[in-house]
Amino acid sequence: MERVKWLLGVIASVALGSAQPVLAASDQVVIGDIDDFSGVYADAAGNGAVEAVKMAIADFGGAVLGRKITLLTMDHQNKPDIGASKFREWVDQNGLNVLFGGSNTGVSIAMAKVAAAKKVPFFAIGAGGASLTNEDCTAYSVHYVYDTTALANGTATAVIKSGGKTWFYLQADYAFGAQLQSAAARIVEANGGKNLGTVRVPLGAQDFSSFLLQAQGSGAQVLGLANAGSDFSNSLKAATEFGITQKMKPVALLAFLTDIHSVGLQAAQGIYLTTGWYWDLNEETRAFGKRFFEKVKREPTMDQAGYYSATLTYLNAVKSAGTTDSDKVMAELHRMKINDMFAKGGYIRADGVMIHDMYVMQVKSPKESRYPWDYYKVVKKMPGEEAFGPVTGACPLAPKK
Amino acid sequence: MTEILGVPVAVILGQLMLGLVNGSFYALLSLGLAVIFGLGGVVNFAHGAFYALGAFTALLGMQWFGLNYWAALLVAPLVVGLLGMLCQQLLLRRLAGLDPLYGLLLTFGLALVIQGSLHQLFGASGQSYPVPAALTGAINLHFMFLPRYRAWVIVAAVATSGTVWYVIERTRLGATLRAARENGPLLQAFGVNVPLIVAATFGGGVALAALAGVLSAPLVLVSSEMGTSLVVVVFAVVVIGGMGSILGAIVTGLALGVIEGFTKVLYPEASNVVVFVVMALVLILRPAGLFGKE
Repeated sequence: MERVKWLLGVIASVALGSAQPVLAASDQVVIGDIDDFSGVYADAAGNGAVEAVKMAIADFGGAVLGRKITLLTMDHQNKPDIGASKFREWVDQNGLNVLFGGSNTGVSIAMAKVAAAKKVPFFAIGAGGASLTNEDCTAYSVHYVYDTTALANGTATAVIKSGGKTWFYLQADYAFGAQLQSAAARIVEANGGKNLGTVRVPLGAQDFSSFLLQAQGSGAQVLGLANAGSDFSNSLKAATEFGITQKMKPVALLAFLTDIHSVGLQAAQGIYLTTGWYWDLNEETRAFGKRFFEKVKREPTMDQAGYYSATLTYLNAVKSAGTTDSDKVMAELHRMKINDMFAKGGYIRADGVMIHDMYVMQVKSPKESRYPWDYYKVVKKMPGEEAFGPVTGACPLAPKK
Repeated sequence: MTEILGVPVAVILGQLMLGLVNGSFYALLSLGLAVIFGLGGVVNFAHGAFYALGAFTALLGMQWFGLNYWAALLVAPLVVGLLGMLCQQLLLRRLAGLDPLYGLLLTFGLALVIQGSLHQLFGASGQSYPVPAALTGAINLHFMFLPRYRAWVIVAAVATSGTVWYVIERTRLGATLRAARENGPLLQAFGVNVPLIVAATFGGGVALAALAGVLSAPLVLVSSEMGTSLVVVVFAVVVIGGMGSILGAIVTGLALGVIEGFTKVLYPEASNVVVFVVMALVLILRPAGLFGKE
């Protein structure tokens, strides 16, 4: 069945790809967006992110250096081969100048390799794996919104400080889940907590109750959910149903606003999570939220806001550099400060991480929530350096000091 | 505490109950597939999509018309079953007499269309359906707290499966259905409306999928993807039970839920492949399936 699906996907992508006009590159600046438009992460970024990029292009005036800005989009269907081959094709045939990559760490790692080979800037936005700026880093990669290190630093530290010393993890059994779980486990241990165990759950499991009873049996105080999307929502829902949340404190190691919206505040209330951005932080974020809501009918997630900001950041770098030459633009990107509704004083470090403030949040109870999408209260604003931590030395571009 | 294979007995009993809950869904879904294949000769790959449609009917019925859970249990299978009959009349009917592979391809395409439409209309992240008030809370079984709703799922699934089995295998109506499969033209000569029976059988199987969808709505997020991975497991259940065997589908569904439950304790990483391992073993030892005849 998967194979048939894959084949249909390839046929569809060939058909769609050939319909896109192949234009001379020199008279325009071409931005690409390869993201999950049809799978489990489609609501966190997906079409909403495309809308955000369009808003940024419009706000920038539709042109840079006198060249028109065009946007190409493609569904990677969470398959690394599709993402990488489409990226390569756009560079070779459509004169692509920059790629934004949405959700899925596996796909993003594959696309980062193409970025290095083709020397085209690549902004990883929806993916979480910190390896993108460590062992898988490239001179053309930027990791923009959040990574597994920052999520663990934010959430695990806050939860331990509030008394949750013993942890049990429910981990999605793939690269992202493993990176997230080990990052959290390191923080827990470093802060004097104890890791009592982990159960590795196959991605997209139908039923989480068996795994949750194992978590309950461990006697841990904290249930660390190292998963995402529907896995997160379904496991949290089942934990509430079995009354596990009365004795254990569930913690979201990654949750998007749309996930909380799906589960509902009744089940999600009180949960801690870390986010790179939230629509209801200040006047500027609310203004963006309002404009976005008018188009998409949902408040933006951190990814979607990140897409908007990344587009502006890239276009500003092109404008300052006076060229779309990848090396000169990358140099400008590493030099500039990022100040917009997404980040204040943000900067791109040598290893490619965009250092900016992160927010530890707690989900409101239905009583505390006063208007639609009023879901989070800020527990702590974490300065970028603290959130993303020091350079690890795993990326050869940024040696450990 | 007593232990078996290093696992406390209480934990094993707990997993047995949870396995029965999951097995109930497998049983209901594979029963529908077995009815559709056994009596209609169609390999229905859209079964997971109809399951999702059942859950969506319950959800939207509640949001738009204030339809409660108990009413949804009746309305959703009815609506989705009629939709199934429509699909059979408009599309599948034209493939009668051809290789079953064509039906498989058609229903597979149908599944993609239904899932794609649900995705387009309602997004990817899914929505919550509340547990009905009468079934909230849990029962203390001493070795575990079983949420009332999950207990209800087992009761509802076993009762429904038992009824369907009885109707098909033990009543005159069931005999007519089976006769339509065995020799349609002859039955038609006796004045029975065979095309209607074929359409109704397909609708009935689809209605079972929709019923499973409504039952699962309060347990998982209602989303376009909810049936995608489930349908593959359910096909394996049907193959293990013996293609088209009604009793085989029910018994195998429940048994595999339990086997999967144990795997989740002993070796969680294997829990999504254990069904297929069993399928491979059964195909080697008994190619017609556990309850198959040939």
